[in-house]
Amino acid sequence: MLEETLTDQEAYFLERVDRGDRIEADDWMPEDYRQQLVRLIAMHAVSEIMGALPEKEWVPRAPTLYRKLAITAKVQDEVGHGQLLIRVAEDLMRPWGKNREDIMDDLFTGRLKYHNVFHMATPTWADAGVIGWLVDGAAVITQGMSLSCSYAPYARALQRIVEEEGFHIQHGESICMALAEGTPMQRAMLQDALNRWWPALLMFFGPPEKNQLSTHQLRNIRYRIRSKTNEELRQRFFSKYVHRIWSLGLTIPDPTLYQDPVTKEWTYAQPDWEEFRQIVNNRGPRSEARLGLRSTTYQEGEWVRRTIALSPTAG
Amino acid sequence: MERWTIEDVAQNPERRQLAAELLWQLADDDLLMGFRDQEWLGLAPHIEEDVAFGSIGQEEIGHAALYFGILERLGFGTADDLASLRSVSERRNSVLIEQPNGPGHYLESPRYEWAWTIVRHYLHDVWEMALLTALTGSVFEPLGDAAEKILREKRYHLAHQELWMRTMAGHDADSRVRLEDAWRRAQDWAGDLADLGPYSSALESAGLCPGVDSVVRHYHERVAEMARVLGLPEMRMQTRENGRRGEHTEALQQALDTLSEVYRLDPTANW
Repeated sequence: MLEETLTDQEAYFLERVDRGDRIEADDWMPEDYRQQLVRLIAMHAVSEIMGALPEKEWVPRAPTLYRKLAITAKVQDEVGHGQLLIRVAEDLMRPWGKNREDIMDDLFTGRLKYHNVFHMATPTWADAGVIGWLVDGAAVITQGMSLSCSYAPYARALQRIVEEEGFHIQHGESICMALAEGTPMQRAMLQDALNRWWPALLMFFGPPEKNQLSTHQLRNIRYRIRSKTNEELRQRFFSKYVHRIWSLGLTIPDPTLYQDPVTKEWTYAQPDWEEFRQIVNNRGPRSEARLGLRSTTYQEGEWVRRTIALSPTAG
Repeated sequence: MERWTIEDVAQNPERRQLAAELLWQLADDDLLMGFRDQEWLGLAPHIEEDVAFGSIGQEEIGHAALYFGILERLGFGTADDLASLRSVSERRNSVLIEQPNGPGHYLESPRYEWAWTIVRHYLHDVWEMALLTALTGSVFEPLGDAAEKILREKRYHLAHQELWMRTMAGHDADSRVRLEDAWRRAQDWAGDLADLGPYSSALESAGLCPGVDSVVRHYHERVAEMARVLGLPEMRMQTRENGRRGEHTEALQQALDTLSEVYRLDPTANW
């Protein structure tokens, strides 16, 4: 939408966005705005759905009754976030005649990507701790920015999601603290997990912009769908978590990591951004396996969805 | 009515032994049921159902933790040791509950069966409802209190499974065939579910479980009523192994290996 050739409807819409009005599902919106929202929210929804799987690997194996309870609740929350978000996306897709089945199909065919972190392997219990603490920590930083999003249904879903993520961070931190204060075997398990997850955590925020914002980013900022750059969010993550990680006696696998005492800016070793592109294009260590798992069980459940969609006696 | 506290039971070897016989069954059934539910998490056929079934699984584990907690207070060891380290022959869950959700492992190509999952869970919920209702009148106070508390959640579990049973029975030929198939398979595993094992009459006469016969009768009546309403064949429950006597299938060893994998790395560590 070029601002010099706006229709009255478009101009009025942008004026609403500019004055901080919240847009509702039934309000008129430019097609471009709808597309940007669907792109963002459907990706967020499938990231929650696929994001349940890495930790889920540890749900039946969680060590104690208390941990079994907590991680079941935690992963169930993530599935619940997927549900909330897929419904927000479905409302936006309705004028296109599309629904959640199209979202799942797009996921399985690779048209719709999910977050890089959920393509990674989780070989030990400590991975479940690091995901809860630091991946959810990173997610709250990104999602916290979107709480002021101009699209009201997304902002409302995020409000609940961010509140629950706050508990997830405490849950993950509690697992990590027990391991950090535990036996040498437990501490080594935690340090290994951190070493594995550090590059993925940096990649989580996306490549640094170096003053070159992408078209999508510019549009999303114009529409007040997002307000911060990838690099601003990553810097916040460093400021919030680096000292906490150190305080557990852990070593961050980046000897160049340094915060300028005056500007407060962090310098750090860039992760391999080519690897990031491979990962998000479903060529990560566990991409194929997790998509296979999700799509096999989705196919197995097809008759169940058909049954509840059409059942005359349900309810 | 006389009510026994933890101390009354812990200090009386006969009462302690008898209470434990009942608690192993309750704790092991719920731990294994929760474990099988957890295997579904993230993979249920429908996202709303995934959320609902995840809650049910979480509550099953919570109930198991409550029962193991009572055993811990009776001096049998820590709840986590009891949940994770006891051998197969020490387990008292029904063999129905230990059966897998379907072919395949939860990490790789699970081909889990929804109708089987629901029918098995339904039978577990009917049995536990009947048993817990009686246990609210148990002479052992902590068990009576636990039963009151757990019943509040159990009602919703049973309502959930019953809704699925009605939906599958009433929809189309495909869903009905799947339900009937699961119903027939369940009868070959369910023989030890409504069985309080070798100490059944002692549990009754001590007042730990009042009215054992009527609990069992109530369970069978409720299942028979469901069969009648849905037009399913009468369920003739039988089983080769009896889990209440410590007899189990290979599926239990596999489940225990998985659920205790991390804890066994170092049971003395703080996890």
